[in-house]
Amino acid sequence: MKKKISFILNGEKREANVWPNQILLNFLREEIGIKSPKSGCERGDCGSCTVLINNQSVKSCLVLAVEIDEQSVTTIEGLMKEGELSQLQKSFLKNNSFQCGFCAPGMIISSHELLEEKTNPTTNDIKEAISGNLCRCTGYLPIIDAIKDLSLEDRTSHE
Amino acid sequence: MSNRSFWSTIKGIGIGMIQEFDYFKCFSIDEVIEHMAVFNNSKILAGGTDLVASLKENHVSAEVLLDIKGIKKLKGIKLTKKMLEIGSLVTFNDLIESKIIKENFPVLMEMAKTVASKAIRNRATMAGNICSAVPCMDSAPVLAAYDAVVVVTNLTGEREIPIAKWFKGPKKNALLKNELVTAIRINNFKQNHAGCFLKLGRYQGEDLAQVNLCVLALSQKEFRVVFGSVGPVPIRAKEIEKLLKGNDLRIDLIDSCCLMVNETIFPITDIRATKEYRLHMAKVMLKRALYAAVNRLEGHGPVYGEYHL
Repeated sequence: MKKKISFILNGEKREANVWPNQILLNFLREEIGIKSPKSGCERGDCGSCTVLINNQSVKSCLVLAVEIDEQSVTTIEGLMKEGELSQLQKSFLKNNSFQCGFCAPGMIISSHELLEEKTNPTTNDIKEAISGNLCRCTGYLPIIDAIKDLSLEDRTSHE
Repeated sequence: MSNRSFWSTIKGIGIGMIQEFDYFKCFSIDEVIEHMAVFNNSKILAGGTDLVASLKENHVSAEVLLDIKGIKKLKGIKLTKKMLEIGSLVTFNDLIESKIIKENFPVLMEMAKTVASKAIRNRATMAGNICSAVPCMDSAPVLAAYDAVVVVTNLTGEREIPIAKWFKGPKKNALLKNELVTAIRINNFKQNHAGCFLKLGRYQGEDLAQVNLCVLALSQKEFRVVFGSVGPVPIRAKEIEKLLKGNDLRIDLIDSCCLMVNETIFPITDIRATKEYRLHMAKVMLKRALYAAVNRLEGHGPVYGEYHL
């Protein structure tokens, strides 16, 4: 039997009926239509499906859709303000931090969480924060640069 | 038929349906116990990072999942004069951020930092880690070194299972039918002590352990040594502890300890490492962990939680 859930998605209150055995990642992509979380390894290794639940990063391929009842979910769309890219997204663009782009939404979610916790992370902090996100194109250096760039600037002055 | 609807038709893949089960969110321990008695094959869902992956790959089956994340009582980390109590909903990230843990049991924090990656640690619980009981779990060597006790609730009340009797084999634990782990308790050490947790992976970052190890150095030159990932269950090296007791760490003593590792652990060859490599590295790690623990006890060892293998 389907279960009724109500949740906040990118700041917007929503309700839905989901099967108990439905995975959050597929619910977001196929039923809600938010395609930024990607389906990669499907077992929590690659990080391409990373989203925020209550501002904490999680791998949405290992979460059931019913579990988000009464919780708040944020995808990369929710990091944008009034249709404009966030400073972090812009920094990824500026530093050429992705080629195929498959890992980018997960990478940005993970680094967003890091920058919320630490305004000036060290290179080690950054490596640690994105260690659960695999990228097969860039060799990670441009990604680390993008996050570093931002951590040096005073982000609030841009927002 | 478009490609997508074709895949959606078979097994509901498109909309993410895995094997069928029902789901209940519970808000009290009693509610969980009642539900467990009603269903034949229920599984407890906390973080779900192991359970959901196993359900997806059909390694486990369940009739119903009982979500315990709504039970506030299982969430806290409490320290009294007698003991440290870690609720079964405490995640690895909670352990890293807890002031109580950092100040009193930093080796638990050091261990938690090596577990998977942030997005997993935000959700995965330590109780879930020992319930899954896969041989490469990271929390077990530390818990075994501290002689932790697993607190379990069932229909008749509460019972305590010492960690030494908890692990029954790979993916097997001492939990009986209709029992729920509510907390993990560790005796509060009155004496000054230090520890060291080391984990060997193929690379830094998210990987499972090839060997992991926890050493505790207590006052009066007493030691505790537990190996993980090199046998079906965590291995407390009592013989090595005996040899170390009362002695200073001299090179010849450490060499004899390393020789004893041969008879202590039973590593196997698998996708992550060969048994020869595991055996060799277990000795290297024992040596480094002993030095680190003793140096920390004296106040000048490596900082807790920073990679130093």
